[in-house]
Amino acid sequence: MTDVFLNENFIGTVDNAKEFIKQIRSERRKGVLNYELNFYWDEDYNEVYLDITRGRTRRPLIVVENGKSKLTDNYIEEAKNGTLKWDKLVKEGVIEYIDAAEEENCYVALDEKDLTKEHTHLEISPVVILGLCTSLIPYSNFGSSSRLIRGSKIQKQSLGLYASNYLLRMDTDVNVLHYPQKPITKTFMHDIYGWEKHPSGQNVVIALMSFEGYNMEDALIVSKASVDRGFARSTYFKPFNAEELRYQGGLVDEVCIPDKEVKGYRSEKDYRLLEEDGVVYTGAKVKGDDVVIGRVSPPRFLGEFEEFNIATNVKRESSIALSHKDNGIVDMSLITESEEGNRLVQMRLRQQRIPEVGDKFASRHGQKGVISYLVPLADMPFTVSGIVPDVLFNPHGIPSRMTISHLIEIIAGKVGSLTGKYIDGTSFDVMPEKELRKMLKELGFRESGLETMYNGISGQQFKAKIYIGDMYYLKLKYMVAGKLHSRATGKIQLLTRQPIEGRSQGGGLRIGEMEKDCFVAHGASLLLKERFDSDKTNVFVCENCGMLGIYDNFKHNEYCTKCGANVKISVVEMSYAFKLLLDELKSLGVYPKLELGRKY
Amino acid sequence: MLPKHLQEKIDGYAKKYKISDKNVIEITKRVEEANEYGIIAPGEAIGIVTAECFGERATQMTLNTFHFSGVAEMNITVGLPRLIEIFDARKNPSTPQMEIPLRPKFSKNIDMVRIVAMKIKETLLGEIIQEITINIAKSNIMVILDKKKLKDLDLKPKFVFDKIVAGLKTCDVKEVDGGILIKPKDKEINLSEVYKLKEKAKSIHIGGLKGITYVLPVKNDEGIYIVHCVGSNLKDALELEEADTENIRTNNIFETSTVLGIEAARAAILQESLHVIRGQGIDLNIRHIMLLADVMTRTGIVKGVTRTGISGEKESVIARASFETPIKHIINATLIGERDPLNSVIENVVINQPVPLGTGLPKLVAKKEAMESGKPKK
Repeated sequence: MTDVFLNENFIGTVDNAKEFIKQIRSERRKGVLNYELNFYWDEDYNEVYLDITRGRTRRPLIVVENGKSKLTDNYIEEAKNGTLKWDKLVKEGVIEYIDAAEEENCYVALDEKDLTKEHTHLEISPVVILGLCTSLIPYSNFGSSSRLIRGSKIQKQSLGLYASNYLLRMDTDVNVLHYPQKPITKTFMHDIYGWEKHPSGQNVVIALMSFEGYNMEDALIVSKASVDRGFARSTYFKPFNAEELRYQGGLVDEVCIPDKEVKGYRSEKDYRLLEEDGVVYTGAKVKGDDVVIGRVSPPRFLGEFEEFNIATNVKRESSIALSHKDNGIVDMSLITESEEGNRLVQMRLRQQRIPEVGDKFASRHGQKGVISYLVPLADMPFTVSGIVPDVLFNPHGIPSRMTISHLIEIIAGKVGSLTGKYIDGTSFDVMPEKELRKMLKELGFRESGLETMYNGISGQQFKAKIYIGDMYYLKLKYMVAGKLHSRATGKIQLLTRQPIEGRSQGGGLRIGEMEKDCFVAHGASLLLKERFDSDKTNVFVCENCGMLGIYDNFKHNEYCTKCGANVKISVVEMSYAFKLLLDELKSLGVYPKLELGRKY
Repeated sequence: MLPKHLQEKIDGYAKKYKISDKNVIEITKRVEEANEYGIIAPGEAIGIVTAECFGERATQMTLNTFHFSGVAEMNITVGLPRLIEIFDARKNPSTPQMEIPLRPKFSKNIDMVRIVAMKIKETLLGEIIQEITINIAKSNIMVILDKKKLKDLDLKPKFVFDKIVAGLKTCDVKEVDGGILIKPKDKEINLSEVYKLKEKAKSIHIGGLKGITYVLPVKNDEGIYIVHCVGSNLKDALELEEADTENIRTNNIFETSTVLGIEAARAAILQESLHVIRGQGIDLNIRHIMLLADVMTRTGIVKGVTRTGISGEKESVIARASFETPIKHIINATLIGERDPLNSVIENVVINQPVPLGTGLPKLVAKKEAMESGKPKK
């Protein structure tokens, strides 16, 4: 007697579980039962689980019967002709989807050669254990798994040609790489996925060496000449839009060059780039605070200040301007309709981003780093044959991370670029490394990949031989241009009078709890006070009652609201946040009495 | 002036290497300079430096448990969880553990050591019985002892019998042929209570140290046998004649403080945290730990760095409120009209006044009359 559960609910018992399993399996393969059904026989607990719920991960496997794969030569022939459909294989019981539980009852062979009578399934190919992103990493079976995960994540951040109609689109915050290339070392996934239609990276000559100590801690050194020739340039697009909203009473926004009468008029200089229709002209060079779309809105509250204004309908300025730090060129502007049917004006800003110190790059093996130095061509090291590397990579990045795939890609790239062929680097299923080295030797290079190199500064030959080759490098979307930030003074929060947060609003850089501890640990307590002075205020404290007094600006005297003017009132400097705390305590009915000491 | 122990050291070396008086004076001068350099300056924020030293090193700790190879029962919490345990002053460590070194007299060979180790391990009745059965009809329990195990543990059946009598006061315990019969004194007793009685009987303490569930004798580098124990019972271990009682180590700091006193607890905090830190291959100056151990034990009871421990006993209301449970502290301060003297770090940061440390410590001294007239005299 074996208990049977369907979707975790008890539905009955069977006498012979083995027969039962056999029966439903054959019925599923025939197509009598839904192919989404999975079952699992737990012999220890003597229970059979049938499952057809959603949310189970399932993977396809080739069915094996009596030690023979059901994917016969006929099917393979059909596949070669291109007439075979995947659905047909599933329908005819050649391929089965197995979930995690049913996998426990299966005995899966990795290779058709290994098949025995006990086997129930055959793996379609070992490469299917990797997902789309990981399959894009060449020689991934030579790398460590943690680095493969990182490598997969990095590829999602790389710049490339994200869509071929990008010029017609109004996407927020997108980058397009100039002159993207197909990788020399590719995998089967690059072909299947159509990588060549939207590539995202460039092939560079890379040398594993240090340079003047500039590539410590994963930093990259890039040749200035390569950058000048267009290596890793990209364009950044940012859209702006203004909608002509409708308000109560038939009032409507208007896109135009605002009149001088308008409330909140900026200055003539700010509107100088607008054309008659109120939209900036294409190709205009715009800089911080420039208005790109002029707009006026009706007053926010009807009747507001009406008695003071002779002109009844003073409008409000509501133009779209660049933020303080932005700059660029107006790429395109268009007028369209919003979902509500209002007139919508859109404008797209374009910025060219040339690689600079601090921009982030990565190879496909989870080896990421930022540019630390752009070396003039004259100072770059060169090989005997005159090859100057584009990128210098620090060899310290290799041993602890064990990204052997990174090293093999360099050799493969070298062979590929010298022979003019693309090299297949699909995991588990590749041209062996030995073969690559042999080819390299035939091409007249050292089979180790090492080359004699010369110091570009002194002209002397390096004592060590340098590992040099070609590899595919990705420019990542994190660029200094989007991160650079500093502040001296600026906006403050209304409630606490402390600086606001965030780069986009020109906020402050927080001295946090741990940074504070650092000042204290150094004994720099006056410096600490100065750093926290951003919200300092002078308050008047009544020395009689210890509450805050008032300074009368007209009479030029101070008094306490409780004790009157005939008490001693002193000026005390404190943080506004503390004054706020005192006020909040008072609102709770707590009497925070201040006792003043002497300053001297 | 040099501390006594340093002066003695210098004198000792001078004698040993026959250093001339002139050189001794020079050496003393240099040592004095070095010693003076090492003295903490007034206004140095030693507490925060300690906290930063621990905090920075704690980020590098990786291993959380230590295992004796092949022994599943012996795993010891180390690393950050253990440090937190020590500094929070938890009553019971998550893995209590004791190391009992044996006197050479009782540890001539491994067999002797094994016997001692088995004596240390807590023996329950359930472990030395062959069979325990309930007679449903008569509502009594029959215990048959395992003679081999008794022999291994060097126990007499009479001794076990007495222990059972002492352990089960509500029952009549009789010796019958081949076993011990336990019969409840209560006539009207239902079956589930008999079952409970059986479980109680099985957990009767027969011998060994209470709380020690596992023992592992290990020979150390100096050839001394050490019995590693899972569980800790310092009080009873000190009474063992086989143990080198002066060198027993337990990782239960609270137990150390109750058995040996507060100074021992201070030393235990020091030893235990050093053990964790050194075990991680981290170099941390012992003075930081000494400071922390001093602060934790200064009241005579071991107090943790928690809101119920030393952090909750700060003088300043603002400082306590800014740590944890601010509402509780503000309400209590309001009820008794507490006064904040503002003489520590956090409260002065809150009101933005110089912290009385480092550059904020020195104050200007002025003559009173000069201050009152408003014109300082030259």
